[in-house]
Amino acid sequence: MATNILPMLSIILPFAAGVIMLFMGKRPIPHRIVSTIASAAMIVASLISLYLVYQHGPLITYMGNWAAPFGISIVYDMVAALLVLTTAIILFFIVIYSFQSIGYEREKYYYYPMVMFMITGINGAFTTGDIFNMFVFFEVFLLASYVLITLGNRKIQLQEGFKYFVVNVVSSNFFLIGLAYLYSVTGSLNMADIQVKLSNYDGNLAIMTIIAVVFLFVFATKAGLFPLYFWMPGSYNAPPMPVIALFGALLTKVGVYAIARTFSLFFTNDMGYTHQVLLLLALLTIIVGCIGAIAYTDMKTVVIYNIMIAVGVIIVGFSMMDPEGTLGGMYYLIHDMIIKAALFLLVGFIIYRTGKNDAEDIGGLIDHHPIMGWTFFIAGLSLAGVPPFPGFFGKLYIVESAFQNDHVIAAIIVLLSSLVVLYSVVRIFIKVFWGEARTNYKLNDIKYDKLAFAAVSLVIVSIIFGLSADALYPIFEMAAETFYDPSVYSNYLTGVE
Amino acid sequence: MELVTIILAGILVASATYLILSKSVLRIIIGVSVLSHGVHLLILTMGQLKRGNIPVLEDSVSSYTDPLPQALILTAIVISFALTAYSLILLLQNYKELDTDNTEDMKGVPHGD
Repeated sequence: MATNILPMLSIILPFAAGVIMLFMGKRPIPHRIVSTIASAAMIVASLISLYLVYQHGPLITYMGNWAAPFGISIVYDMVAALLVLTTAIILFFIVIYSFQSIGYEREKYYYYPMVMFMITGINGAFTTGDIFNMFVFFEVFLLASYVLITLGNRKIQLQEGFKYFVVNVVSSNFFLIGLAYLYSVTGSLNMADIQVKLSNYDGNLAIMTIIAVVFLFVFATKAGLFPLYFWMPGSYNAPPMPVIALFGALLTKVGVYAIARTFSLFFTNDMGYTHQVLLLLALLTIIVGCIGAIAYTDMKTVVIYNIMIAVGVIIVGFSMMDPEGTLGGMYYLIHDMIIKAALFLLVGFIIYRTGKNDAEDIGGLIDHHPIMGWTFFIAGLSLAGVPPFPGFFGKLYIVESAFQNDHVIAAIIVLLSSLVVLYSVVRIFIKVFWGEARTNYKLNDIKYDKLAFAAVSLVIVSIIFGLSADALYPIFEMAAETFYDPSVYSNYLTGVE
Repeated sequence: MELVTIILAGILVASATYLILSKSVLRIIIGVSVLSHGVHLLILTMGQLKRGNIPVLEDSVSSYTDPLPQALILTAIVISFALTAYSLILLLQNYKELDTDNTEDMKGVPHGD
């Protein structure tokens, strides 16, 4: 029962880096150095942890040496290991991207510390084994994200930041209500303990369904599921590009992770109802996302609606609750985090270089940036799931599982959504990179080597991820197991290794 | 006793809903903090009120009050305190920059941006 520091590193490192930067004062260059070192260290630490988890099973830490159901435990299982590693990789490249894009003033006013505090909260939410602790980490990253969305004081940021703030505070309060109900039913806050208690639950199913719906309301708001996505296109448009990339790649995915975790661990008693609702909402999300992605030519908005499509596809996978579906969902989740970050960075590159947001206003950029153009094309193919790019394998398993469970319509919607995704991204590609060069703008003379480096590297990471899908299969199998067989997650309570 | 606090929590949540649905930014912020009070009261009630002795470990006492909800709302109160502080600063900045505290005027792309 010794306190193992390794699973804690993903929380401690960004937090320590943030605090160190706060003490440094308004000095952007040291901030850059510290945040680069911290994010590189996080990649190394999470790689080591991933290897250990693969070899020996979940790494568990008991805070203050309180035994499992009583104290707060950190459960660093395969799901957490994969998500933390992906977060670290994305963070590293976005930090490098920020050097040339976020602007000196924002850097001076503690941009990097806020990013680090947000990562602290995100990693905490991924790794914690305690549902109330998850709420606290949600608040940690939300508070940092409120600062990030308004940092810079542009009018649109303040206006959209306020809406974002109110929506998230209200949904956090509902999280607390859900927690209160769950606590009164189970008398425990440890997620593994709740799972054990609920697996022999013979009380009123109606109360569990109500709790499930409250939790779904909360996490669907964070993830941007169908009826609760209304805040997303507006709020994600406001902040500068690296912040949007962080939000789009990580924040919505925390909501998805929380849905997957709670609906596999807690709400398995009445799956005919709760998981059907989940599936229905996911499909509606895909449809609304498709409509949005086709309707707009503003590049940021198109990619933001693509987030919704991806969230829908992932939730379809998790709502199946069988080995194939959760495997596909898990794989697609990781893939989407990487490729969404890459796509936002590429779109950001175009916007910073041309000064235009709308794809209609740009043309013929391939003469100036052939490498970026083809990288964008590859990123688009990867997003849509063309083999051998990684999106394909995730969608393959999700569709296979949907067919096996007789959800033919779900499978067809997921497949058709790929076409829409491909269309929406390739349309941007054709308008921006091909065609006649427009004369209504001229290219901004900015330094862009780091922008290009970060964006291209993330696409390369995505391609490597796709090509090594075969080798990664056992890892994802292990991750999916905690979803379709939740008792694996709770084994650490009883000491079964 | 539980019934009274649950009804009180309901009244708080209802008035918070009314405030959040109004158009003034300040009222929305007050509504959000009233909502958090209602929710905290609900958490406290969920652990049952007054069901025994003080939660200090002593062998002669067998029924304790559940200390956990109290620890939870302590954390939640601190968080909502931070959120209220931040939201007031945001309100001030919003008023300075956008020159309005009416959410009706906070649609679309703001003037001069």
